[in-house]
Amino acid sequence: MDILVCVKRVPMVGGKMVLTADGADVDTRLSGFTVSPHEECAVEEAVQITERDGGSVTVLTLGPPESADQLRDMLALGAHRGVLLETDGREWGPIATAAAIVQAVGELGTTSFPLIFLGNEAADTGGYQVGVRVAHALGRPCLTGIKRLQVSGDVLRAGRDYRGAQEVFEVGLPAVVTVKEGINLPRYPSLPGRLRAKRAEITVLEPQWQADGLRKERLRVPETSAQRAQILGNGAAAVPELVRVLDELGVLPSGAHSSAAQPPAAQPSAAQPSAAQPSAAQPSAPLADARPGGDGPAA
Amino acid sequence: MSVLFLAERDGDAVEDASLRALSFARSLAEASGAGLTAVLFAASGGAEQSDGESAEIGLAAGQLAALGATGVCVVSSAALTGYAPAGWARALQQLAESVQASAVVAAATDRSSEVLARLGAMTGLPVVANCVSARPGSAASWQLVRQRWAGSLLEDAVLEAPCALLTVAADALPADTAAAAPAPDGSQPTGAELALGSFVPELAEADLLVRATESAEQATGMSLATARVVVGGGRGVGGPDGFGPLEELAGLLGGVVGVSRVVTSQGWRPHRQQVGQTGTKISPELYLACGISGAIQHMAGCLSARHIVVINTDPDAPIISHADYAVIGDLNEVIPALIAAIRSRSEGHVTQA
Repeated sequence: MDILVCVKRVPMVGGKMVLTADGADVDTRLSGFTVSPHEECAVEEAVQITERDGGSVTVLTLGPPESADQLRDMLALGAHRGVLLETDGREWGPIATAAAIVQAVGELGTTSFPLIFLGNEAADTGGYQVGVRVAHALGRPCLTGIKRLQVSGDVLRAGRDYRGAQEVFEVGLPAVVTVKEGINLPRYPSLPGRLRAKRAEITVLEPQWQADGLRKERLRVPETSAQRAQILGNGAAAVPELVRVLDELGVLPSGAHSSAAQPPAAQPSAAQPSAAQPSAAQPSAPLADARPGGDGPAA
Repeated sequence: MSVLFLAERDGDAVEDASLRALSFARSLAEASGAGLTAVLFAASGGAEQSDGESAEIGLAAGQLAALGATGVCVVSSAALTGYAPAGWARALQQLAESVQASAVVAAATDRSSEVLARLGAMTGLPVVANCVSARPGSAASWQLVRQRWAGSLLEDAVLEAPCALLTVAADALPADTAAAAPAPDGSQPTGAELALGSFVPELAEADLLVRATESAEQATGMSLATARVVVGGGRGVGGPDGFGPLEELAGLLGGVVGVSRVVTSQGWRPHRQQVGQTGTKISPELYLACGISGAIQHMAGCLSARHIVVINTDPDAPIISHADYAVIGDLNEVIPALIAAIRSRSEGHVTQA
């Protein structure tokens, strides 16, 4: 099966969000770029499917010429072909982006990509809609937020998280699927993969920008209570102080806080919930069943 | 003119995210001088709607009315049994046309986000995801604030569209905002004036290609999203074998373990334990973050925590500027000592005062 995966070049931000002086964009002079995490998983999923069932993986991005770097990163993971929808660097909204992808699907030749993957949402703009718009324009079903996927013949069976359990969907191909991180654990690029990616030719198309109805005025970093934590101490010596704080926050096991070590005159903490029993009474079954990586196959 | 609000419900109760988003929709409707019609979907479809479900929908509708919905519309169709995103979007499209909606608003849940995206695709209208505020400007324009980077950045934007399609970053809004007109006697306040309508959409086959079947598999244990205490572990845990003490501590505190993205990317722990932008957003009373530096993608998942306490070797770790308290030290030393201290208290061994 020939699979198309759409990825987006996004700034690699670390501990702090820094904006350009005019507040129009994230300052990327020092940060570098990466691919949205959901999309890296989408590429991995596509590569795994083609390794198992044959076919090819085409990875596509829309962005400035430097976005070819992100295509090569994905080629190094095992994608076969890169397509760059080259822009002049300005931001494209979801309507324009989806239209450009749909047009590219038409232009890329005989194959119509029975399976198209995208990330559930881009890490930066977080529009939550390009995949659905692409699917609608192509007259295909779209599954979103997918964390478990099985392809058998022409049928897709997919699951996503819902209210702590999962909801399951089953559709026929062709289809569009937007995935979430956790569907798999992406591999690291191999050295031969990197070499192959470096040499690979990238197809370049030049779509037309269009207005989207939403105009960005400026970005700003939300005013959180930019406080500095009160330092309780160093190492294990700080534990008595830490216990006192946890007691004050009302999170210690019930019964423990009324220890005789505390003088009864101490005023009751405001953070102490009046009925701490319910949560303490619940079984503390750990979530983990030590299955690293993905969250398992679709049931 | 009307603002439509897509409400998700679980049986007889409106989902918490929808309740939070409803206050956003109510403000928008009030500022636009429009009514606020909440839309509920019946699960059993058409005439087969059971008495039980009718009663459940009635309770959910009352909840919506109490929080300011001026009307509640129940969508049902024999073809629409269970969740079908394009079917829901088609119904909203037809409803929006019939009431000449100026806006369609929903919480930014997985379901509502995809329904509004479909609605945007069907109508060709822009969809603005994860709004935190909206006010009407001049004709067919809105001044919006929305989240980027899962809330680590805010975007001020102007939307121009004949009908605004908005999802609301519900976890950024307070719960339980006061009702528009709370009844003094505490009975169901506006139930009497509530206009409970029904709507039967016209659906094509293509609208029903995607349908959900809820799996029988139920969640066991406590969920990360709703836990009262989360003990977080990051790179500082050191490897897949280092999580035992964190699990033990979480158990003692009646909570669960959450981890940073580094931990799931390394395969040390399963992804479902990840706290952050691409994992789970948590809102516990206490987030005890151990060996986590605090990249913005991680902080986006835990800023709703009421209190953050950090154990970290690095006094300059970014997470410390988001925390209430910090212990500077190696978690492998601090956590066992903390466990011992809590155990000795619980067992009634009075430590030296």
